[in-house]
Amino acid sequence: MSILIDRTTRVLVQGITGYQGEFHTAQMREFGTQVVAGTTPGKGGQRVGGVPVFETIAEAIHETGANASCSFVPARGAADAALEAIDAGLNPVVIITEGLPVHDALRIVRYAQENAVRVVGPNCPGLTSPGQSKIGIMPNHLFKEGSVGVVSRSGTLTYEIVAGLTARGIGQTTALGLGGDPVIGTNFTDALRLFQEDPQTAAIVLIGEIGGSAEEDAAHFITAHVTKPVVGYIAGRTAPPGKRMGHAGAVISGSEGTAGAKVEALRAAGVRVATLPGEVPKLVAEVL
Amino acid sequence: MKLHEFQAKDLFRAYAIPVQNGVVIERVGELDRITLPYPLVLKAQVLVGGRGKAGGIKLAKTPAEAQGHAQAILGMSIKGEIVRRLLVAEAVDIAGEYYLAFIVDRASRALAAIASAAGGIDIEEVARTTPEKIAKAVIDPFLGFRPFHARELGRRLGLAGTLLNDFVTIATALYRLCEREDAELTEINPLAVVNGRLLAVDAKVIIDDNAVFRHQDLPKNEEMTELERAARSEGLSYVELDGDIAIIGNGAGLVMSTLDMVAHFGGRPANFLDVGGGATDQNMRQAIDIVVRKPGVRVLFVNIFGGITRCDDIARGIAANPPRLPMVVRLTGTNEDEGRRILKEAGFDAFVDPETAAQRAVALVGNQ
Repeated sequence: MSILIDRTTRVLVQGITGYQGEFHTAQMREFGTQVVAGTTPGKGGQRVGGVPVFETIAEAIHETGANASCSFVPARGAADAALEAIDAGLNPVVIITEGLPVHDALRIVRYAQENAVRVVGPNCPGLTSPGQSKIGIMPNHLFKEGSVGVVSRSGTLTYEIVAGLTARGIGQTTALGLGGDPVIGTNFTDALRLFQEDPQTAAIVLIGEIGGSAEEDAAHFITAHVTKPVVGYIAGRTAPPGKRMGHAGAVISGSEGTAGAKVEALRAAGVRVATLPGEVPKLVAEVL
Repeated sequence: MKLHEFQAKDLFRAYAIPVQNGVVIERVGELDRITLPYPLVLKAQVLVGGRGKAGGIKLAKTPAEAQGHAQAILGMSIKGEIVRRLLVAEAVDIAGEYYLAFIVDRASRALAAIASAAGGIDIEEVARTTPEKIAKAVIDPFLGFRPFHARELGRRLGLAGTLLNDFVTIATALYRLCEREDAELTEINPLAVVNGRLLAVDAKVIIDDNAVFRHQDLPKNEEMTELERAARSEGLSYVELDGDIAIIGNGAGLVMSTLDMVAHFGGRPANFLDVGGGATDQNMRQAIDIVVRKPGVRVLFVNIFGGITRCDDIARGIAANPPRLPMVVRLTGTNEDEGRRILKEAGFDAFVDPETAAQRAVALVGNQ
């Protein structure tokens, strides 16, 4: 099985006529995702690789039964696009867009909470459930069906670790990219809860990085609620304080957000924390 | 983007938050034109913290004292930042100090108002040692931070009467500023009691970099080095460090882990450059130009895991702009074979395993 999406998920791509939207629509369909509709303002009535394009999400749902969103809408229009998707009841709403103003993210997250809609992102690679469905931009060929849940704040580092797992014959239930921004719709704690409840998931890989306290919060949650084995890795041990390391959320501010504190918190919660990303598959093999 | 104190105070005035009268000067000679009554306070305008301890804030009772202080502070270096401007303001008699801020609270995924009666000092220190002295209110972005919220928060600091009314006015105005100007932080520390009224004696505003596009009217401040600026103008994410191995990778997390690997094997990263997702050969050429310009760089380490980014594009960029120093490339993922072929033609080999590649890069530094 998988978390959040499966074979029955009917995806609507927001910003489907753009370069990224069109390319990744094709990639998602190749992976087996049912992409049933797209939206781009002013381009209703067109088709992208056979997928019908609509002006509004309400129309798209009426015509196609879409029930989830994947948004590539550029930052200036991304907040409106996400609020429309939440308002229309699509669930989950996966926001790939990077560069969203944080006050926009705050409104999106709040509106999603009020409407009980799961938002993933912004600034994330989406989520992939091998054999089921994929929403987002993770490369198709890396994955293999299996029993490990992967959750991460980083894109490429997730690919690196998933590829390592697959090379060792260890498959995945779902790989979930949370996004690199300070305010995101789904955090580690949410993901851990979903993986803990998913009967197919036997072990969890948590890939964190410097900035904020989401990994420390995850450690508390693991201690209290997670019975499945968790393997961790934290990027940014050598990052200097005060510098944004690529991601808007990857910054050590004051004494908060250091890799050392995160590693310590996770270890105290019984998580096996790898020093290098290459060690993760070995540690997972040991706990499976 | 952090604003200078004087820029933040200009914004405060625009939102009717009371601040001292003050003038910004860039040369000592400009003091002559100041008509403010003495005593005056002279404050270095720098973006780094800790300017008071560094001697960047001085009180002047007479014009002669002001001359002396201005001469000393203008041009001085505070944590590497040269002081180019001084804010000269009326000195005030402070009877009490509060703290007030609006911050993006990552854990509650909301904007939060933070206030304390223990103002004037490092708020992180207060939070650590006496957390009970900090009052916090989480804000619904659709409801906003309303006067009744401010009144409740002010009461938790023990405020009453005129001071409470002042607090409500200032806090709601500071919230409006935070929201409308897309600030990720607005802070007044201290929010001081002067002649029985509240006054913003210091001002800190950090504008969300992602929202700068809708605030073209705001000042542009550069905390970046020349190379950081060059990288940003090319859409590349670059951070300067102090070692000798230049590092290019794709994706923030992967590049951070690359720095960690290099350090783990005993090397010292010189910088961090993330070419981002879907980098073109042109991006890669520019990336190489930027990282090797950093003085003291002896080896270049390129770590690419192709996803959206294609290995052949990366290889073409390297082949078109081969660095004039030893280079180690790790290349795997999308279009890997074609990427290797292009590199081979240009006379370079590429590793598949990142750890082996990192060890090789560290060893190359030792060989020189």
